[in-house]
Amino acid sequence: MTIATTLEEACAAMADTPEAALLAGGTDLMVEVNHGHRSLTDVVTLDRIPELDGWERHGDSLRLRAGLTYAAMADFDLAQLVPGLAQAARTVGSPQIRNTGTLGGNLATASPAGDTIPVLAALDAIVELRSEHNRREVPIADFITGVKRNDLRPGELIEAVRVPVADGPQEFLKVDTRNAMVISVVSLAMVVDRANRQVKVGLGAAAPVPRRAVDAERFLGDLIDWDGDSLPESETVNQFGKLVMAAASPIDDHRGSASYRQHAIGVLARRALLRCFGEVSR
Amino acid sequence: MIVDPYVLNVNGVDRRVVDGHIDESLLWVLRERLGLPGSKNACEEGECGSCTVRLDDEIVCSCLVLAAAAVDRRIATIESLSVDGDLSDVQQAFLEAGAVQCGFCTPGLLVAIDRLLEDDPDPEELTVREAISGNLCRCTGYAKIIEAVGKASSVSQTSIKSNHG
Repeated sequence: MTIATTLEEACAAMADTPEAALLAGGTDLMVEVNHGHRSLTDVVTLDRIPELDGWERHGDSLRLRAGLTYAAMADFDLAQLVPGLAQAARTVGSPQIRNTGTLGGNLATASPAGDTIPVLAALDAIVELRSEHNRREVPIADFITGVKRNDLRPGELIEAVRVPVADGPQEFLKVDTRNAMVISVVSLAMVVDRANRQVKVGLGAAAPVPRRAVDAERFLGDLIDWDGDSLPESETVNQFGKLVMAAASPIDDHRGSASYRQHAIGVLARRALLRCFGEVSR
Repeated sequence: MIVDPYVLNVNGVDRRVVDGHIDESLLWVLRERLGLPGSKNACEEGECGSCTVRLDDEIVCSCLVLAAAAVDRRIATIESLSVDGDLSDVQQAFLEAGAVQCGFCTPGLLVAIDRLLEDDPDPEELTVREAISGNLCRCTGYAKIIEAVGKASSVSQTSIKSNHG
C-alpha cells in the first residue's frame, strides 16, 4: 500500500502496481469492498497529497483540485464563484459523506446520478489527467463515456477540473425522496453566462452520460432580454421546459420510472429558469 | 492480503494493528481488533451513520474509511465522550430526554451532535436536523433527539455563563 504525499509518488506507484485501487474519499470504493463486490490487493491513497487539495482562481477560470471534498465545494468563498457546484455539493449524502467524498471521486465513479456532473457539464468543465509521464486534458463531455465508465487510462489519475467563473446566476435542482442520503432521481443544473449571452443546462440521471439540453439552450438564449430586464414570457418558460424534456432519455428503475423522470425534468427546468430570471411577465 | 503491522491513534492512544487485512474498514478494526464496539455496524455503505467517528476532527462514517490508510490521523470514537465514567452533557441529555430507544443509532448520533455543539453551542433546530441528517434512527422519530440537543446546549450555555461569572 502506498500512502502518497506527492502526485509524483502516486503516479509512480500507479505505474509500478497497475492493479492497485485508487483511494480518495473512499465513499464509493469502500462500499464495493464492504459488500464483497471488489477485493483489494493493493491501494494507492490520494487523500494526503497537497497538490490535490484546494482550488485557485486564474482570471475567469477556476482550477478545482480533484481532492476537494463536497464540504469544501460548499464553502462560502467557492460558493460565491461557482454557486451551482456548491448547491450540488450541499445535496450530496450527509455531513459524514461530504467531509470525505471528493470531486475527483465523483468523476471517476462516473455515475449518471453523480451530483457534480450536471453542473460540470453545464460549465463545459475541462478535466486534467495525469500519469507518470504524461498529462492531458479532456472536456467533461468526452471524459464520461458511459454508465460508470470514463476515459481514464491505466496509470492515470484526475488531477483537477477547470471551470469558468460565469457572470450570472446558477441553479442546481434535484428530485429525491428526501433531502439527505439519497441518490438523485433526476437533477438539473442551469448556468447563466451573461457575457456570452448563453443559458446552459446540464441534466443528471437523465441519460447514461452527462447530457446538455442544447436545443432548449439555443431557444432560450435567443429570447432572453440580455440588454434590458424584461422577464421571460410564460409561453417561453413552458416551451423551454418542453425542449429540456426532449433532451432527456431517462430509464425506468427502482428509483423512478422514465416517464416520471421526463416529467420531473420539465418541472425542474421551468423552476430553474424562474429562479435565475425572476418571475414571469404576464 | 495481510498488510504490514500499522499503528492507529485512537482516542489519544497509539494502537498497533497486527495481521490486518488490506480491505478492512476502520469500523471493523475498531470493533473486532481493538475492542471498541461502541461504533455500530449496520449498513456498511455510509447510509446509516451508526459508525460515525471523528477523523482529524471531522465526522466520517468509519465503515467507509480504509483502516490501514488511517495511520497518522487522529481517530476519536464514541468511547472518548465519557471521561472516567462521567457522561458528557450530550449523553446525559439523551438519557433525560428519553432520546434512546433501541440504542443502535445512539453512538453515531452522539458523535455527530458532540461535533456540532463544538462549532455551534446553541444551534437552531434546522441546523441540528442537517447535522444529524446522516444518522438514521428508526425508533424515535427524532423528536426526543432534537429535544436532547436543546437540553445539552442549554447545559453547556449555562456552564459557559457560570464559568465567566
